[in-house]
Amino acid sequence: MTSSAPGAAEPAAPTGPDGAPEAATPEELAAQWDAEKPEPAGVVTNAVIALLVIGFGLAGVLGSWALGAGSLGSPGPGTWPLVISSAITLLGLVLLLQARATDDTERFTSESWVIVPAVLSLVPFAYLIEVIGFEIPSAALAFVWLKFLGREAWRTSVVGALLMVAAFYGIFVVALRVSIPHLF
Amino acid sequence: MDIAPVIDGFGVVLQPENLLYCLIGVVVGMLVGVLPGLGPAATIAILLPLTFNVEPVTAIIMLAGIFYGAQYGGTITSVLLRLPGEASSVVTVFDGYALARQGKAGTALGIAAVGSFVGGTVSIVALTLVAPLVATFALDFGPPEYTLLAMLGILLVAAVGNGGRTKAFVAAGIGLLLATVGRDGFTGAERFTFDSLSMADGLDFVPIAMGIFGLAEILHSLENREKLAKPMSKVKNPWPSRKELRQSSGAIGRGSVIGFVLGILPGGGATLSSLAAYGLEKKRAKNPERFGRGAVEGVAAPETANNAAATSSFIPLLTLGIPANATIAVIFGALLIQGITPGPGLVEDHPDLFWGVVNSMYIGNILLLMMSIPLVGLFVKILTVRSTIMAPITVLITMIGVYTVNNNTFDILLVVVFGVLGYLMKKAGFEPGPLVLAFVLGSLLESNARRSLILFDGDVSGFATRPISGTLLAVLVIVLVLPLLGLVYRRTRSGGANAAGPSGPSGPTGPTGHAGPTAGGPDTDGTTGAGDVPRDNSKEEATS
Repeated sequence: MTSSAPGAAEPAAPTGPDGAPEAATPEELAAQWDAEKPEPAGVVTNAVIALLVIGFGLAGVLGSWALGAGSLGSPGPGTWPLVISSAITLLGLVLLLQARATDDTERFTSESWVIVPAVLSLVPFAYLIEVIGFEIPSAALAFVWLKFLGREAWRTSVVGALLMVAAFYGIFVVALRVSIPHLF
Repeated sequence: MDIAPVIDGFGVVLQPENLLYCLIGVVVGMLVGVLPGLGPAATIAILLPLTFNVEPVTAIIMLAGIFYGAQYGGTITSVLLRLPGEASSVVTVFDGYALARQGKAGTALGIAAVGSFVGGTVSIVALTLVAPLVATFALDFGPPEYTLLAMLGILLVAAVGNGGRTKAFVAAGIGLLLATVGRDGFTGAERFTFDSLSMADGLDFVPIAMGIFGLAEILHSLENREKLAKPMSKVKNPWPSRKELRQSSGAIGRGSVIGFVLGILPGGGATLSSLAAYGLEKKRAKNPERFGRGAVEGVAAPETANNAAATSSFIPLLTLGIPANATIAVIFGALLIQGITPGPGLVEDHPDLFWGVVNSMYIGNILLLMMSIPLVGLFVKILTVRSTIMAPITVLITMIGVYTVNNNTFDILLVVVFGVLGYLMKKAGFEPGPLVLAFVLGSLLESNARRSLILFDGDVSGFATRPISGTLLAVLVIVLVLPLLGLVYRRTRSGGANAAGPSGPSGPTGPTGHAGPTAGGPDTDGTTGAGDVPRDNSKEEATS
């Protein structure tokens, strides 16, 4: 019935739209999804994560102790945080014990580095918006994300950034009349 | 029951502004459902600032629309691309995509839309009848009951979610600890403020939710750019035939009930109920081997259930003030910001809000039914927008949006900090849902726990002796102990083989090796039976 869609009308089509081998049963599909998942990180990463959790918990315990632990009958400001921090510490120990059997972490890859410039590009935005309004920082941010993080073409990046700012101006300033510093 | 406020609720919905926001909500929800990656929780978090300038009822109507609209939209990519737009549509992939390969994509989408509409509507009617009763019952709740209810809510959400349960509990613990930042309401002592004036009043919910859900998801998808496939087929004739409707009517009926019931339970929600409904249909079928090869029921059941659950998960929020899942937790936060604390008093004190929101769901479902069948092609077009272009748009909405809340640079920096934290949590296998939920419930839990202790004079056994809190305590213990027993049972049976599980890339655990909601989870209701249904982890976090 869908003559305009090659591959769709034939139940026996061996490949999916992305050219990958077609999984026929739910089990095969699940195995395929599993294989496409990011690689799990190693034991060392898992142990470091567990130690971070323990460290966070211990810091919480010390901090709440300093606040005054109180007692069950007359709970002080530190009672509740103390209970939670102790629980976090214990859970961290459990994670440490499980470090070898954990496979729900994602390995950092060379692609992960993209996060660093992405996050760094947000900080100047935060400070500039109060000084020179949102238009120029927004256009710059959009341009950086399009051109350098997204590797779009120059024309797409410039036009895209300008269009986005124009659209946000329309939504936030003209339509919603939100109080936001703006130049124009 | 007094029906005058119910009727008045329709008056509220039919105001042009509310209708408009309902339409915006369901359209945005539908779009989000179609787009893989950004889930409803992230979207609602990102759009929170836009709701500040409107009436509370209008805001919640829109946010609710996003939530249940996403359940409709998630179907489209599951069927056409074998790519679940939402976690709750993962099981729809099996039969939906099989149907599409047979040239019946229209049938699959049509039956899903009809099922979603029926499931949603049945659930609203049930909500209308049940919610006021629950609220009346809960009026007698005191601090001990609220303490245990909040604890149970957090525990269940952490226990039922996928991924490691230990990590989910850690995330919840961090959320509870973050909630203690600021001035202590009982003693006035400043806690964990590091002498910063910006933190003296505690951390705001909005930047946390926007960072942990919104920015973290944007950063994470920046790293894992998905290769988007072109939509494979034009959808023709989406109206299901009478035979197909008859064939799936049972599945739709059972899906409505399963969805409604599981949606109410904390931690249940749309994803779990879609799995349960699929599992049940497969179990009941005369020839189960049809499933996975294009059975209409395999699409109808989960799609009906996820929509029914999305609707009924508003019951604990609107009647007890306890959000049942992460997405609802964000809506809870939106209500708090509007100066409304949801709880048993809501039906009485704010009937316009309560019934306005509930009744808006009828309208929203009608709008979705009208949109989802004829406009499928339009929504599929959205998929051709590259993620490199979507990313700057979403990041700008987040950054500008959070600034408008308090006109405060500190809030933007908080979003960045929590965005990075959320990203690292995702990498490290911690779910963001329990953290946000625990943060939202943190102060309620602490203040009620402390009031209870003062009430009991420090004697914790007081929690067990009151009838309602005693029952809740028993459930709490069961939820905590059952998985441990299961673990011990498996350990003794497999001779500790689990301890040396695969940690390298060469050892995938197979479809059910981990992360399934029933794999050792608190399968206390016995209805799931969907342990054989695999799940895609990466789509899960947002809705769990």
